[in-house]
Amino acid sequence: MTPAALAVQTRHLTRRFGAITAVRDLTLDIAQGEVFGLLGPNGSGKTTTIRMLCGLLEPSAGTAAIAGVEVTEAPDQIKERIGYMSQRFGLYEDLTVAENLDFYGGIYGLERAGRRGRIAEVVAFLGLDRRLGQLAGTLSGGWKQRLALACALMHRPAVLFLDEPTAGVDPAARRGFWRTIHALAREGTTIIVTTHYMDEAEQCGRLAMMSQGHLIALGTPAEVVAQVGGGGRSLEDAFVILQERDERRP
Amino acid sequence: MKRFGPMFRKEFVQMRRDRLTLGIMVGIPVIQLLLFGFAIQTDVRNIPTVVLDQSRTPESRDVIAAFQNTGNFRIVGQVNGRPELDAALARGVAQAGIVVPEDYPRELARGTTATIQVIVDASDPLSSQAALAAAAGVAQIRNLAILSAAAGHRTLPVEVRVRPRYNPGLRSPNYIVPGLVGVILTITMVLVTSMAIVRERERGTLEQLIVTPITRTELMLGKIAPYVGVGLVQMTTVLLLGRFVFDVPLTGNVPLLYGIALLFVVASLALGLFVSTLVRTQQQAMQASFFFVLPNILLSGFMFPRQAMPVVFQWLGALLPLTHFLQVLRGILLKGVGIAELWPQVGILAVFAAGLIVLAVRRFHKTLD
Ligand SMILES: Nc1ncnc2c1ncn2[C@@H]1O[C@H](COP(=O)(O)OP(=O)(O)OP(=O)(O)O)[C@@H](O)[C@H]1O
Ligand SMILES: [Mg+2]
Repeated sequence: MTPAALAVQTRHLTRRFGAITAVRDLTLDIAQGEVFGLLGPNGSGKTTTIRMLCGLLEPSAGTAAIAGVEVTEAPDQIKERIGYMSQRFGLYEDLTVAENLDFYGGIYGLERAGRRGRIAEVVAFLGLDRRLGQLAGTLSGGWKQRLALACALMHRPAVLFLDEPTAGVDPAARRGFWRTIHALAREGTTIIVTTHYMDEAEQCGRLAMMSQGHLIALGTPAEVVAQVGGGGRSLEDAFVILQERDERRP
Repeated sequence: MKRFGPMFRKEFVQMRRDRLTLGIMVGIPVIQLLLFGFAIQTDVRNIPTVVLDQSRTPESRDVIAAFQNTGNFRIVGQVNGRPELDAALARGVAQAGIVVPEDYPRELARGTTATIQVIVDASDPLSSQAALAAAAGVAQIRNLAILSAAAGHRTLPVEVRVRPRYNPGLRSPNYIVPGLVGVILTITMVLVTSMAIVRERERGTLEQLIVTPITRTELMLGKIAPYVGVGLVQMTTVLLLGRFVFDVPLTGNVPLLYGIALLFVVASLALGLFVSTLVRTQQQAMQASFFFVLPNILLSGFMFPRQAMPVVFQWLGALLPLTHFLQVLRGILLKGVGIAELWPQVGILAVFAAGLIVLAVRRFHKTLD
């Protein structure tokens, strides 16, 4: 694979906050169109990794590139190509669904006519039509996630970062959300998603498991299970075993 | 700049929906104007005064009446003896005491210097100064009358006529109200935008906003633009209340005033934005804004004349946009001067506005740390 064909490429990516190293020496290659899962316990560095990939945090060391473009070199060029859903709901609760969509459409540079068309598309795609006049702050968790996804999709990003998009969302809504993710991936969008749910991790093409800021496993769900000897173990078993093994290390 | 429009619209809708802040922004000018306008009276009249008349003669009553007629002294009572007079001053019942000694009429008749004592509570310099000036005036008029009669003059040899220009009635509202326009704009504009960035940071919306291609300049200008309108509405409110409640004249070129006010409002908003990039929480933003208000009130010439300040403080005052805008306000509203006289202030305010926007944009980074 040539670097340009890679949607995301990191080399020895590292981020320190004072004494703690949130992400340590992370090297990843993610191909275009992959659904790539980032797994790891709380504080293992998933959010920090995504923030560096989006240009929201400067790496302390190492490099990250989106579609062959160095993130720190051309942050604004990167921002045209990526969509991001932050872990915490980041839209304006005092604006309506329609106003949030219109704002993000405008901010992503869509002209008035094109914006209207695109809003209609994402609204239909995510079933938001009956919520348009509602204040975002009064939406339930599942609808907030859909709205956040809708705003992140406004400019048809090539790479989509979803940081725990389904936390606190009911099972049916989660399933619906994942159907959407697969639909986007089929269209060629690369998706990097973090989750704590094993059923969601199973649906990823490949997984990176992190613990204490570094990579402890990488591969398809089956490969990750095989890494702990397989033997009918579940992905959750593999996850716990690998994590405990890592934490016992001196 | 194609993303300025969406940013502006969003800020405008949010501003409109934030009823509390909007109410405060309209309420502050009204409350401040009424407070300052009624409470601050720098021309001190009617100082409560006690009289110790030890002579009790027509001459003594005559001189006491002369004091009363100045309008500065309001006789609130007679006292018998110094201890009682001191007590009245100490308790604050009176702020001045007039003592006419027993031998006052005799000294007057003999042609030696007759003495009257005026004791003033100088803990409040503003009112004591007015009392001292009035007392000196009473003495001078008496002296002149007696001396010129003795010298056989019918008219006074020299008379100095003082004509107060621009504010002939020496009314303090004429001075205070234009200044208040500037002070109120400073307080509200800086406060409201000092929250702008930190509020988004605290609510978690900044993270989502700065992963978009919006430029720092578009973001900053879009944030301040809706408040320019608010500032001009505030200014209109104060000017109209000043005109109709306090009778402050609106002489001069009012459109010019609005044009220059625009520069000042933008400078103040940009300053608030700059503060917003320095602090981490809304509470810190609030504290920083209040910290900034005090020097504006003290050093800008709003309450105390700058000429009387040590040079260092005059320099510090010159660093505040308000100082220059006050000169514009008073120049246009009281003196009726135009751009020919005010271009230095206009230049300075333009530099402040542009410089502070650049500073705020430079300080702001599209990252989380
Ligand atoms: N701005 C910051 N300042 C200091 N420390 C930070 C900062 N952001 C993250 N950290 C620390 O870095 C480590 C990794 O945090 P991060 O948020 O990336 O974890 P995470 O894997 O996303 O966790 P979670 O599953 O809880 O979301 C944690 O120890 C966290 O406390
Ligand atoms: Mg996280």
